[in-house]
Amino acid sequence: MTVAVNPSTTGEPVFYVADEHPHPEGYSTSLGFWIYLMSDCLIFAMLFAAFGVLGANYAAGPAPKDLFDLDLVAVNTSMLLLSSITYGFAMLTMQQNKVGQTQMWLAITGLFGLAFISIELTEFAHMIHEGATPQRSAFLSAFFTLVGTHGLHVSCGLIWLVTLMVQVGKFGLIEANRRRLMCLSMFWHFLDVVWIGVFTFVYLLGVLR
Amino acid sequence: MSPDLLKLIFGRLDFESLPLHEPIVVGTFVVVALGGATLLAGLTYFRLWGYLWREWFTTVDHKRIGIMYMILGIVMLLRGFADALMMRGQQMLAFGGSEGYLNAHHYDQVFTAHGVIMIFFVAMPLVTGLMNYVVPLQIGARDVSFPFLNNFSFWMTVGGAVLVMASLFIGEFARTGWLAYPPLSNIGYSPDVGVDYYIWALQVAGVGTTLSGINLICTIVKLRCPGMTMMRMPVFTWTSLCTNILIVASFPVLTVVLALLSLDRYVGTNFFTNDFGGSPMMYVNLIWIWGHPEVYILVLPAFGIFSEVTSTFSGKRLFGYTSMVYATVVITILSYLVWLHHFFTMGSGASVNSFFGITTMIISIPTGAKMFNWLFTMYRGRIRYELPMMWTIAFMLTFVIGGMTGVLLAVPPADFVLHNSLFLIAHFHNVIIGGVVFGAFAGINYWFPKAFGFKLDVFWGKMSFWFWVVGFYLAFMPLYVLGLMGVTRRLRVFDDPSLQIWFIIAAIGALFVFIGILSMLMQFAVSLLKREQLKDVTGDPWNARTLEWATSSPPPDYNFAFTPVVHDNDAWWDMKKRGYQRPLTGFKPIHMPSSTGTGVILAGFATAMGFGLIWYIWWLAAASFIAMLVVGIGHTFNYHRDFDIPAEDVIRTEDARTKLLAGAK
Amino acid sequence: MSRLKILALLPLAVALSGCNYVVLAPAGDIAAQQRDLVIISTVLMLLIVLPVMALTVVFAWRYRQSNTSARYEPEWDHSTKLELVIWSAPLLIIICLGALTWMGTHLLDPYRTLGRIKAEQALDHSKAPLEVDVVALDWKWLFIYPDYGIATVNDLAAPVDRPINFRITASSVMNSFYIPALAGQIYAMPGMETKLHAVVNHPGIYKGFSANYSGAGFSGMHFNFQGLDDKGFDAWIAQAKSTGGSLGRAEYLQLEKPSQNEPVRRWGTIDSDLYRLILNMCVETGKMCQSEMMAIDAKGGRGHEGANNTLPLSYDKYARRGTVLGPEPTFVAGTCTPDAPQGKTTASITAPVDTAPLLGAGLKRPTFTPLKSSSFFLGQRPKSDS
Repeated sequence: MTVAVNPSTTGEPVFYVADEHPHPEGYSTSLGFWIYLMSDCLIFAMLFAAFGVLGANYAAGPAPKDLFDLDLVAVNTSMLLLSSITYGFAMLTMQQNKVGQTQMWLAITGLFGLAFISIELTEFAHMIHEGATPQRSAFLSAFFTLVGTHGLHVSCGLIWLVTLMVQVGKFGLIEANRRRLMCLSMFWHFLDVVWIGVFTFVYLLGVLR
Repeated sequence: MSPDLLKLIFGRLDFESLPLHEPIVVGTFVVVALGGATLLAGLTYFRLWGYLWREWFTTVDHKRIGIMYMILGIVMLLRGFADALMMRGQQMLAFGGSEGYLNAHHYDQVFTAHGVIMIFFVAMPLVTGLMNYVVPLQIGARDVSFPFLNNFSFWMTVGGAVLVMASLFIGEFARTGWLAYPPLSNIGYSPDVGVDYYIWALQVAGVGTTLSGINLICTIVKLRCPGMTMMRMPVFTWTSLCTNILIVASFPVLTVVLALLSLDRYVGTNFFTNDFGGSPMMYVNLIWIWGHPEVYILVLPAFGIFSEVTSTFSGKRLFGYTSMVYATVVITILSYLVWLHHFFTMGSGASVNSFFGITTMIISIPTGAKMFNWLFTMYRGRIRYELPMMWTIAFMLTFVIGGMTGVLLAVPPADFVLHNSLFLIAHFHNVIIGGVVFGAFAGINYWFPKAFGFKLDVFWGKMSFWFWVVGFYLAFMPLYVLGLMGVTRRLRVFDDPSLQIWFIIAAIGALFVFIGILSMLMQFAVSLLKREQLKDVTGDPWNARTLEWATSSPPPDYNFAFTPVVHDNDAWWDMKKRGYQRPLTGFKPIHMPSSTGTGVILAGFATAMGFGLIWYIWWLAAASFIAMLVVGIGHTFNYHRDFDIPAEDVIRTEDARTKLLAGAK
Repeated sequence: MSRLKILALLPLAVALSGCNYVVLAPAGDIAAQQRDLVIISTVLMLLIVLPVMALTVVFAWRYRQSNTSARYEPEWDHSTKLELVIWSAPLLIIICLGALTWMGTHLLDPYRTLGRIKAEQALDHSKAPLEVDVVALDWKWLFIYPDYGIATVNDLAAPVDRPINFRITASSVMNSFYIPALAGQIYAMPGMETKLHAVVNHPGIYKGFSANYSGAGFSGMHFNFQGLDDKGFDAWIAQAKSTGGSLGRAEYLQLEKPSQNEPVRRWGTIDSDLYRLILNMCVETGKMCQSEMMAIDAKGGRGHEGANNTLPLSYDKYARRGTVLGPEPTFVAGTCTPDAPQGKTTASITAPVDTAPLLGAGLKRPTFTPLKSSSFFLGQRPKSDS
């Protein structure tokens, strides 16, 4: 795009690029991934909207204040926030081209992610055991779907993370792998941002209601 | 085998699921099976499998993918139109105590399938196909931003179409209307596989559509050739950009709403149920938040096609380029603020209704401005009445009527008396056929010579044109009349005999359209046979204006031997005017993406997973899902996805063209 | 040739003369005003549509390639004046139409009580409006006349020039209640109530039907609406009264089962609470009414105990309610006591108890407002027993 479009030295207009360099590999990737994230964001927006509409329809069943254990959720939130920080360290070490350290930080991120998922599953199991199943009321349907979709995203992120660790181990921090780590980084932080929304909107406001 | 084991293997699929007792379906199946068997045998006999797989199925070339989208759209048009003929026949016959020839079980599937197929598997592929083919050429790019993703998107769309077609012969399709409103589409009132077919067909195809939207946005934003600023993009590229933004910003909504419906149907959640605090109205809102932008997703590219065609065949610059662009952007934004006009009758209250009514009317302002821009492009032009221009004139005359009735329906009190009536049916067919379908046909006739190197036959093209246009008016003007008589949609039997004459006229119109479709197929066949006579070697048969006409027809794999540099809106016109000389030397190797079969395989597994979920064949669903994961992850281990076309090949291709051009002079 | 043409047109002419453009020639004042709006809007739009169509034809003809005498200006692509015109002409039309829409929508809001009987006749406030409760069933219409204590299936009548207040709901799926001769349509939705105010001005028999597809029996879901003079209406009521029979909860549950092409049926007496129970989806014994459920939810649910306040569903509408992966179907059990018969909400439940904790010294106690479900975009949702 930076090729000169001015008339050539002879004053004739230039109609083609004689000395062309192809776009570098992954030229559109970060824009594409951003747009994908925005479409994913819309998925969460819709689930938030559904929760907003149905969130007070308890069907004479339990309400947020009966179900949510804010302490547990706070621990859970800190797991995810910490994982974002450790991912940040992974990116920093990646910039310094340190394969081993990058993989170590990725592994730590993965462990935090795993902890997050485990705590969430424990919470779900506890609620279902109490009879607060997704089928009990529209509020619970919306809750399980919103939080569950986020959890599903984190799980996908974990699979992706493991794949990338293998690829970094096998091929090193080549350009393609750096780009992929960058995309996963955006994905991971995006899930963090969504979780902040879930934590505020579903848990904190739910208990206050 | 024990019933439990059978159930484990086949889910709820059994012999009862095959519609062996429905003679119409069995007849169709026999015809399709014979046709399919002949096709497969022919492919095997002529040893075309390898060629198809290597050159088409696995291709990442945007041109071939575009052509495959068009073929999919035209094939599905035949299916969707067969449904239309069946409906017209039923409504024509079912008078005076007659039940017609379709029972409710069958008829309700027919109108649901008609709507779903026509929107998702005819209009969408036709529009996506044209965008896929034309946009990279118009912006002087070698391919789209993510060529593999493009292939995958196409096969996902095919996967959705396959599921819809499967429902014809295995089980049944939804009996809910094309938007499947709950509670009717919920498990209590639609316990059979129909709605599940609907859900999974749209989910599979929807993934493809969203990804192709992301792909084309990136292509347009990142891959424009030097000199092509945003305000120098051809109008078709502009409308494509807006359409794809709409796709990315609306299809996730459809994904969510269908996912919530499937949760209701599979695990018993309460999003859209009557009991337990669910809200069916939320479904109606959400699906129209997707559904209204969808209308503009279809019609905006058509507007782009008409802009290109009008200015080319009037031999003139497009009048009011800037206001055309702004009108497109305004329509894009406003299309998100009008969804409630699809259900004024839900009782939202006067203020809400008037708000959405008035925003709807406001959309007619930029649309009207566009109409005037086309008019004044023709003004003081030299109009050549080739087929694309004929479709454009037919569009301009037809679309204003549809627009007018649309604005009328946006007045809530008027909508109260016309909502869900045949007047509404006439309205949206008026805009979708008059706008989208005529636009797609204008586009097909316009760009066909670019894609294949020969023009389409004019005689059969004109036959198709007149039968379509006359047939359209005959088929839908009676529906406006019937709407004013208070006749509602989706009725299977009637008892007022005075209505019958109008349904007969409408059925005759449908027959005319049918002849129009056959003429179009004839047009393709005749053109193929007469391809030597219709041949165009210049690459610019219409004396056109935009960049796609600068290269050969059909374009080489790499589109342009040298990336063009643009100085004007009508880039190619400008190049011709200023004595552009085609470069003959200095060719270099060209970097291109390589083909891959991963897209086909992934989409195949996705379709199988959908089938497993529809029929409760859990092992199939789980196995396909795991297979998808494995293949998908495996694909990421392939780091070598491109290759260089050697300079010698480029030289050979370009020299061949030089000879052709010299011969043409 | 011309004679042949006329012969060919003959059936068309016959058909046209026999046609009943009910939307354009209705019998009720509301529908007549809606018709007026249809015509005025159309005329307003034709102001711009006709010139555009004419210009299209004129330009298409005049600037054809073979007409070399016409001017040809290939580079002319902009004119500020023209651009102003082409944006402002539609804008002006839309401003007029928008104003018309705003007024028309508010004046003809189906929830609004009538302001007049017809154009030249004011409302007589001494005459009470006719109350009719409408229930869309699979696939028939139930009409309840609470003031007369009768009910009918697929038969509706009203005296001429007396306002009618419809309250509309449905039993299972969405329908749309539409009598084109009387007034525009409005959806009938389960668990929700919509309203329609209308009046019929000319005696006669008119068609009414569901205008929203609702399943297999949809085509047969129509009824006759009779506009009768006062005497005729009294006779019609008396006829229904004399039919005898009583429509109670048990009979309703029988009636509610899907059936197609139902003939007219009448009941001389009805359970006066029936419509409220239908609206709140608690005709079945032991089921909690929506109104009670909403009152409990507004108070913050019923806590852990509420989680298990469900009973297995023993009745079924068509096939099944349970899902393949979910648990067995259930329903929320009502909380009935001898004092508070099934479904009737007691005062202690509807009136909010001030349980909000104090937030701190000097802070005002927040006023308690139950969460309204009448969310903006979801339409009126009065599930309460009003």
